[in-house]
Amino acid sequence: MLLVGIVFVISVGSFYLIHLLPGNPATVILGFGATPEAKAILYKQLGLNKPIYLQYFVWLGNILHGNLGISFISQTTVSSVIRSALPIDGEIIILSQIMAFAVAIPTAMRSARKPDGIVDRFLGATSFTLLSIPPYILIIVMVLFISIKLGVSGTGPSAYVSFGTDWITNLESLSLPAFTLATGSFVVYYRVLRSDLIATLQEEFITMARSKGLSQRRIMWRHAFRPSSVALLGAASVNIGGLLAAGFVVQYLLQIPGLGYTLILAINESDFLVVQGIVLTVSILVVAINFFFDFIINIVDPRISRE
Amino acid sequence: MSNFSLADAAIMVERPEKSRPLGLFFWICVFWVGLNIFGAIFANLLPLANPLNENFNAINAGPGLHHLLGTDDLGRDIFSRIVYGSRVSITVGLGAIFIGYGIGAPLGMLAAYRRGRFDAILTTIMYVLLAFPALIATIAVLSFWTPRSLLKIIVVIGIASIPLVYRVIRTATLSVATKDYVVAAKVQGATDRRILMKELLPNIAPIAVSFFLIGVATVIILEGALAFLGLSVNPPTPSWGNMINEARTVLAQNFWLAFFPSLALCLFLIALNFIGDRIRSHFDVTEVKL
Repeated sequence: MLLVGIVFVISVGSFYLIHLLPGNPATVILGFGATPEAKAILYKQLGLNKPIYLQYFVWLGNILHGNLGISFISQTTVSSVIRSALPIDGEIIILSQIMAFAVAIPTAMRSARKPDGIVDRFLGATSFTLLSIPPYILIIVMVLFISIKLGVSGTGPSAYVSFGTDWITNLESLSLPAFTLATGSFVVYYRVLRSDLIATLQEEFITMARSKGLSQRRIMWRHAFRPSSVALLGAASVNIGGLLAAGFVVQYLLQIPGLGYTLILAINESDFLVVQGIVLTVSILVVAINFFFDFIINIVDPRISRE
Repeated sequence: MSNFSLADAAIMVERPEKSRPLGLFFWICVFWVGLNIFGAIFANLLPLANPLNENFNAINAGPGLHHLLGTDDLGRDIFSRIVYGSRVSITVGLGAIFIGYGIGAPLGMLAAYRRGRFDAILTTIMYVLLAFPALIATIAVLSFWTPRSLLKIIVVIGIASIPLVYRVIRTATLSVATKDYVVAAKVQGATDRRILMKELLPNIAPIAVSFFLIGVATVIILEGALAFLGLSVNPPTPSWGNMINEARTVLAQNFWLAFFPSLALCLFLIALNFIGDRIRSHFDVTEVKL
């Protein structure tokens, strides 16, 4: 029910974007030298000659048929533009999440074992500082030191190669973006997991496990991490929107042709239907992923659905 | 966002109130934020080079006596551009959060105090709005709503911040609204207005102030991202974000160009976040889940 509401709001919002343009949308989108044929196609896509609430339904009907319109710069369909860009965002995000979890889980466990100890304080200060470094600065620092000063090839701007062409070069070219995103996620996951683990470790079943003489490793993973992983999944779910956005910024600097770079190019070229299509896709994607995570969390922790 | 835990809270409750001093670093941060705001307000009166003045005799100069932090590829003074650039960040940061608080805070307090259907509907709407990533929503609106201006940027980010402020203030109010002294005031026949203003407001003030500062920092990051993508105020007006954007293409040749505005931005953010975090832990013993 909530999902339907959210999707409805997103669709109305994305639809209405076109009407924020100053002047007649057809003229602004196509430019003054547009051919009557192009105008006719656009009118059909947007239903421009109808009243605004009907325009919404015309537009929605097209969207539901997978027809997001035609890019008036490249003359290809918007959906094909999105289809070729989206996997790159997916790859960057998946790589970054693997890195973030791989670092955040062990460090959070280490911190939680001795709160306020030296390691915990050091990690606390580090994560706090990283929190204040936006991704666009982090990626610049990274490019500066790794691709320019150290001269590691394949990591600088416009070094992107598709996965199908050469997967090793592809991973090289996406390593800095993934690392940048991973840093932001690490801070979130570390902080959430640490505080949740500290709370979990106060519970009686941990004392029970300790008194049974179980090893520290087993207590940490089996008894403490399991209940705390719910908080971690929740954090990951909330994080996904931010990750996509951070990915946009990073792609822009390195000219990686994912959704973000495509979006900014489209904005600069006034290719508004591409912009609209990407905004719609990303918003729906974020909502879908959030709901998917909620579903997973319900499975991992059945208490939540009973509440 | 919050690194508080139940264990921390339990420990802090046992301690005498306000035992934790604010510390030297807190005051350094306050000084730094104050200095930045002072610079932003009085930039015209300070003995600074004109930030738009191009000097082709001193292009891409490194840091030195003439130009404290060097010059850019048009010979413009970087230090002066950073001081003037802080105006955009600070104006947008404060302006947007004022909009967010102006609308989100009263709604959040009312919802938590009244509960019932009003709260349920409003909270659902806010959660729907929260589902949009703020950067993507603002990019979307600003790319269509042309021509861009500082005011539009403030309004768009301000509206985007309403649900966040709402959530924080509502959660904070909820934790106070059931306390005995609120019930006592109600029993004594205090008006709703009196309870909201005299009982609830002072008690959520520390959290409100703390989140205000963290909110300003968040908005500044967002504005920086927009400027970095070329979607904020138009050049040649300097802002930290668009200075970083302009330096992007000449990273290898002149890295000072990207370094100094980045440093200015990060130091300002660290100071804001630290002050916000410390105020919360100083005044408050209960956890507000952000």
